[in-house]
Amino acid sequence: MSKYQYVPEPALVKGDHDFASITHLVTDVNLRPTPKAWYLLMLPANALLGLLLVSIGYLIWEGTGIWGLTNPIGWGWAIINFVWWVGIGHAGTLISAILFLFRQDWRTAINRFAEAMTIFAVMCALIFPAIHVGRIWVIYWVFPIPNQMVMWPNFNSPLLWDVFAVSTYFTVSLLFWYVGLVPDLATLRDKASDKMRQIGYGLFSLGWNGSNRHWWNYEKAYMILAGLATPLVLSVHTIVSFDFAVSVIPGWHTTIFPPYFVAGAIFSGFAMVLTLMIITRKVYGMEDIMTNDHMEKMNIIIMVTGSMVGFAYMMEFFIAWYSGVEYEKAIFILRATGPYAWAYWIMMTCNVISPQFFWSKKLRTNVTFTFIISIVVNIGMWFERFVITVTSLANDYLPSSWDYYSPTMWDALTYIGTFGLFGTMFLLFLRFLPMIAIAEVKAVLPQADPHNYDDNGTYHAPVEEIPEHVTVAKSNNA
Amino acid sequence: MSAETKKMYGILAEFNNPKELIDVSKRVVELGYDKFDTYSPFPIHGIDKAMKLEKSKLGWIVLGHGLLGFSAAVTMMYFMSVIDYPINISGKPFFNAPAWVPVTFELTILLSAFGAVFGMFFLNGLPRFNHPLFTIDRFKRSTDDKFFVCIEATDSKFHADQVHEFFKEAGAAHIEEVYE
Repeated sequence: MSKYQYVPEPALVKGDHDFASITHLVTDVNLRPTPKAWYLLMLPANALLGLLLVSIGYLIWEGTGIWGLTNPIGWGWAIINFVWWVGIGHAGTLISAILFLFRQDWRTAINRFAEAMTIFAVMCALIFPAIHVGRIWVIYWVFPIPNQMVMWPNFNSPLLWDVFAVSTYFTVSLLFWYVGLVPDLATLRDKASDKMRQIGYGLFSLGWNGSNRHWWNYEKAYMILAGLATPLVLSVHTIVSFDFAVSVIPGWHTTIFPPYFVAGAIFSGFAMVLTLMIITRKVYGMEDIMTNDHMEKMNIIIMVTGSMVGFAYMMEFFIAWYSGVEYEKAIFILRATGPYAWAYWIMMTCNVISPQFFWSKKLRTNVTFTFIISIVVNIGMWFERFVITVTSLANDYLPSSWDYYSPTMWDALTYIGTFGLFGTMFLLFLRFLPMIAIAEVKAVLPQADPHNYDDNGTYHAPVEEIPEHVTVAKSNNA
Repeated sequence: MSAETKKMYGILAEFNNPKELIDVSKRVVELGYDKFDTYSPFPIHGIDKAMKLEKSKLGWIVLGHGLLGFSAAVTMMYFMSVIDYPINISGKPFFNAPAWVPVTFELTILLSAFGAVFGMFFLNGLPRFNHPLFTIDRFKRSTDDKFFVCIEATDSKFHADQVHEFFKEAGAAHIEEVYE
């Protein structure tokens, strides 16, 4: 008997599925009549979207004075919400690009879904920098296009870098998502029996016919896009962190910000994917494809990135002390004990303590527990951005100008409204587009591997070779 | 109009699994056909070797676009910040290369991604909505669970009878003539 256990690789798709049943399972959601529950969910989503539009309309009419911004706290919920939503978006790119480069085949079950989340989250994020400028009618001054002052944008400014980073990120994510969708839209076109859908899906599938000469270029394009999106996603949150790190403000002016922001972004994004996935797979019966193994793997990523974020929090304290700068030391002590200590400890509890539960296999494979933690993590990550933004501004160099920041109703309504935009887009996505990358899931089925067929063309399921004298570990939910 | 008066596009054979598709592709290549294509619901591992596909040219298109994005970004910033309207911001140099890295990087990525996506569709001749194969009802399953080979009539070695014979002998589940 060896002390080692053989851990079998869990099957990516559970149940007795073949190519046709995968096609049917996924496309049927789009092809069957709209369920009543969809309309019931669309109602509150649209109501919140309306709320967002009203809040934005009033903001443009009245000005940023309707928000809780004061002197010295010139950045409030708008930047917090922007960073929060962009961070959530990063998980989609991580799943679709970075896990692709690492050949993690389990990503195929969730990548379409997570990329959709990325796009809608970035849409919500983009609203805030656009509307916070005050005079939104001159927003084009941030772009390098001629204006009435004959001036050009300041290319030394991190805020300008942000314009380029986030708009590039949105465009590339959209292209990546669309490239992935084309073969699946062709599947929908071929499955649809009514003229409307045939024309609609037909148009957007661009006449894709599954030619292997096409797949050959397609796979190359997909790999290159993954290679481009990987440094892009890291650069985006790095540049977002520069918005803070380049300013000479205590608590902001640190070199740890870029990696720490990226880890936090992935942390919150995975939590959001899990929140959405756990509901969606239940409602649409996709548990065969989005399995508990996926959930467990994502929980491990949450645990790792959560620990990185926790490490960064402690490192900030250490460096503040080690730097010997009085202001730097003061701000960290104020964060933990000052007027915003409540927010700081919410952040610490949600981000540092809660993911540590996932060391337990029992807890990280528990659906209800995962769902709760996934929401807790996103609350924590919102408070992280609150703590960073508000504490450093409220308590800076000059104690005589210190002030306490309180948001107004409009801050809250605008933020709540973005959930309406996100929810509306997500529901439309679930209704009209395949929520699972059909072609990619088929390609990771054992039936897709030509080596699993004998010379007569009969399929034989692959048998794992277990070394002698080794016991086999029990696999999850087998 | 009857099928005979139309021009033949090729002969389409249907197979049941990726292994059969790879085997038949190898034989099509051995027989010397080069105007043929295989169709499958997902990319099959190893079919490029079986079909003797040449390396995709996409990488070069992306490289070209990436270089264009890089040089466009640097040129734009140089023109705006050094030539057209230099502004002294906290005494920083007009040509502030380190600060230009993010915008240069983003535009390089953006143009490369355009190159990758639109280059791929260009190489594939897409969008193309009217393909002769779309007239075949069974071909709809090429995006579902079936695997197809089509030898095209424009191939110099194409003889309808021989191709029929070959597909039959190769074990095709179904053989059909395709007209334009």
